[in-house]
Amino acid sequence: MSVAVKLEDVHKSFGAVEVLKGVSFEVAPGEVVAIIGRSGSGKSTALRCINRLEKVQSGVIEVCERQVNDAKLDLRALRQDVGIVFQSYNLFPHLTIAENIMLAPRRVKHITRAAGRALALEKLAQVGLEEKIDAYPEQLSGGQQQRVAIARSLAMSPRVMLFDEVTSALDPHLTGEVLRVMETLAKGGMTMIVVTHEMGFARRAADRVIYMHMGTVWESGSADILTNPQTPELQDFLANEL
Amino acid sequence: MPTGFNLNYLIYLFQGMGWTVLLSLLAFVFGGLGGFLVMLARISRIEAVRRIANVYIQVVQGVPLLIILFIVYFGLGILGVSMPPLVAAGLALMIYCSAFLGEIWRGSVEAVPRTQTEAAECLALTRWQVLRDVVLPQAIRIATPPTVGFLVQVLKSTSLVSVIGFVELTRAAQVINNTIFQPFAIFGIAGVMYFALCYPLSLWSRILERKLNVGRR
Repeated sequence: MSVAVKLEDVHKSFGAVEVLKGVSFEVAPGEVVAIIGRSGSGKSTALRCINRLEKVQSGVIEVCERQVNDAKLDLRALRQDVGIVFQSYNLFPHLTIAENIMLAPRRVKHITRAAGRALALEKLAQVGLEEKIDAYPEQLSGGQQQRVAIARSLAMSPRVMLFDEVTSALDPHLTGEVLRVMETLAKGGMTMIVVTHEMGFARRAADRVIYMHMGTVWESGSADILTNPQTPELQDFLANEL
Repeated sequence: MPTGFNLNYLIYLFQGMGWTVLLSLLAFVFGGLGGFLVMLARISRIEAVRRIANVYIQVVQGVPLLIILFIVYFGLGILGVSMPPLVAAGLALMIYCSAFLGEIWRGSVEAVPRTQTEAAECLALTRWQVLRDVVLPQAIRIATPPTVGFLVQVLKSTSLVSVIGFVELTRAAQVINNTIFQPFAIFGIAGVMYFALCYPLSLWSRILERKLNVGRR
């Protein structure tokens, strides 16, 4: 697999509003890509197209050698390969942390309850929350819930992880604990596409930064573009971000 | 001259009460099963199925239970499908309950945040698994108070089946009153019996409501 994720001239409209106006980029296996940009620049939409939470009007999206924009796509197979973490955590409130994590592996991969619990424990260790295994989501802080959401996604052994502004609902302290988990994951070789407003994270963890503006990839490159932006739009964006 | 109220009449009333309970159970169980199917049809991906279910709900909700009862018992009787009053009453109550319960439950399912479904689908669960493991357990919490409230209504509505000759609690009281003519005593006792059935349900509903509100925080 030479390319984990590839977007080529992707167009997406909500009604009359064109949100993505020809987006193209590639992500290599093991690469960590940060997508930055203003609200409304299309960055979250682009991310959601990758695991077909949104259908696109035209263009090519290839994920782990699958054509996402193909009517014959095996959607569930795609979603086993691609994990996603949302801004609002979206843990299942009626299930314990262990049950949240093992639900999909048990249903989709048919592992036993005992194996599911062991898997939950292993993934919780990865995010530093083993002691919360029998708690309910509402008993956890936002940062802890988000780390559980990451663990839940990892339990399906995805090949690509998508992060959709996962720290935007958290205060700086809780943001830090979530970002540390993500940085560890990045160092472990996970392919990650991270839509974020955390420039510090992009600088530290991203192999590549994509700046989206008005539905297109406006500027991209190594994290250096954050200190040395080429376009006036990115300069302007970074000046306002700090 | 009519004689006074005696133990035999009380036993007769309790027998009627037994039929009221049985009719209510029939309505709850079969109406519940039917209501579940109606709910599934209302959230179906196929538009035609959703529409048919909607027409069913609108029609049943717009027609009095009494008319449904007459159609099932007398209407089908003329068509040659004669059935015992118990079956006719059970069928009419099922038709009636499944429409109302189906609509209550559809609302409850749709009250579960869309993001829950999205998160579950992103974990590669099938549509049915998403419904069973993620949406329904949360929808049940939302649905319980209105469902119990509706069941109280249904229990009282079973008195209508007396019109097709079914001797449940109301009809039993009427029969006794026709003999001894003590309306206050007879219908008073019948009222107390209905209350004894409905009040625990109402109480249970209120307890559930309080419990669920605490759970939601």
